[in-house]
Amino acid sequence: MRRLILGLLGCGLLLGLWYLAVDVLAFGRFGSLPPLGEVLTEWTSHEPVYGTSIFTHNYYADIWVSVRRVLEAFVLAVLLGVPLGLAIGWSRRFRDFTFPVLELIRPIPILAWVPLAILMFPRGEQPVIFLTWLSAFFVMTLNTLLGVQSVDRDLVRAARSLGASPRDVLRTVIVPGALPYVTTGMKIAIGVSWFSLVAGEMVAGQSGLGYLINSSYATVRYPTIVIGMLTLGIVGFATSAAIGALAGRLAPHRTRTAAA
Amino acid sequence: MNPASLQIEDVAKSYRSQSGELLALASCSIEIAPEELHVIVGPSGCGKTTLLNAVAGFQGIDGGVIRLGGETLCTPERQAEPGADRVVVFQHSTLFPWRTVLDNVTYGPVIQGRRSRAEARSLARERLSQAGLAGLEDRYPAELSSGAQRRVEIVRALVNEPRVLLLDEPFRGMDQITRDLMHEALLELYDRARPTVLFITHDIEEAVFLGSRVTAMSARPGRVKATIEVDLPRPREAGLRASARFNELLADILSLVHDEANRAFVAGDREAA
Repeated sequence: MRRLILGLLGCGLLLGLWYLAVDVLAFGRFGSLPPLGEVLTEWTSHEPVYGTSIFTHNYYADIWVSVRRVLEAFVLAVLLGVPLGLAIGWSRRFRDFTFPVLELIRPIPILAWVPLAILMFPRGEQPVIFLTWLSAFFVMTLNTLLGVQSVDRDLVRAARSLGASPRDVLRTVIVPGALPYVTTGMKIAIGVSWFSLVAGEMVAGQSGLGYLINSSYATVRYPTIVIGMLTLGIVGFATSAAIGALAGRLAPHRTRTAAA
Repeated sequence: MNPASLQIEDVAKSYRSQSGELLALASCSIEIAPEELHVIVGPSGCGKTTLLNAVAGFQGIDGGVIRLGGETLCTPERQAEPGADRVVVFQHSTLFPWRTVLDNVTYGPVIQGRRSRAEARSLARERLSQAGLAGLEDRYPAELSSGAQRRVEIVRALVNEPRVLLLDEPFRGMDQITRDLMHEALLELYDRARPTVLFITHDIEEAVFLGSRVTAMSARPGRVKATIEVDLPRPREAGLRASARFNELLADILSLVHDEANRAFVAGDREAA
């Protein structure tokens, strides 16, 4: 309860500062930013001046497009990144073979991939999903790899001495041992997914919340920019919470360990 | 599988280090009879863990041969494969933290395909309750005391009916009171199942209290100094520690180990695991 009150207080403070900076003080170019009142009115209006509010169809269409892209890219990143991370962590030869490539590509910022993404894929969905996937994929691969490396070597020895074959060890020791890192990776990956999704939608998209923000800027619909940003915050928070809950279910012994 | 004899003959092992070859074990010979609880005691760096790792199949050897039940287990050419006929209990807990106590104990029999899940579970329940661990079946390892974790781990090993049980300083780092209790718990399990046991420690009192025979080793390179028969009757109880014979044996082994430890101490050699 106390946490809720403090949380609401923090949000209130942010809105207050916004009001103060734009409406009251209006110093510098802050005066040309959309005021708090205008944004809230626009957001909740049955007939929004700039065409986007909680009562318009296109608002939900954009939210849905973005959520769908993030989830598609995220699921694909988990499905490909986890096995790759396991393979790199499990086989030294495979690690020597793939790790340098991974380390070379990983530092390239996601925005630098935009031109190639557009060249590689026909315009439309694919470049945006590719960009979103790529960032989440690196997170999933590296976190899974760290997870494999975190497994106590004596657990592997113990399993072998209890009669497990190397394949059994992978299934019954390495995978569950790496799981806490995988679930942490999932929480990070969903965050970076949103980051690169918006980048992708701004440059290469024709729909979605990132596109909404960018096109609203181009067409001088400033309150809609802020509506798009706040919506991203809410939707991003919701997906992170959902993944967090899912992660908690996947690795229950961790929470029990923490409770003990 | 029945308790088997374990023969360690002329086993040698060296490691490469920055200062060149380091001879960890030099022609080490130990014979362990079926159902014997054999303790190897020696200072750090005497190669006792190296010996145990070779039997377990975690490391190879450079000379000699190790036989289990008369069959060749390990030679310089062929390292042993780890397996459930030689289950190891380590210095620190290797219970799987994501499995409950019961699922830890059933791990071996199920993964080897020796028993169905249901069979393994009922067997595990029986063994846990014999070891005084009933009621802990559904707990996770992190919820148990270190003493209970150790006992679960020994039960997890014994449920596989290994031909030899390998214990690598399993009670190291425990306080004296817990350790004494662990000794009695281990002996109770030993007296019930009578496996062949190879127990490694640097604690001489522990060695005398537990062992049927005790082999004292010297360090750098690791060599067998002597093997001493511990003629104390079983079942052994805590009161034994005060007996004259117990202390006599203790003094014998202490004098065997002491010269060597002193020599290494004066030489200032870095301790190796």
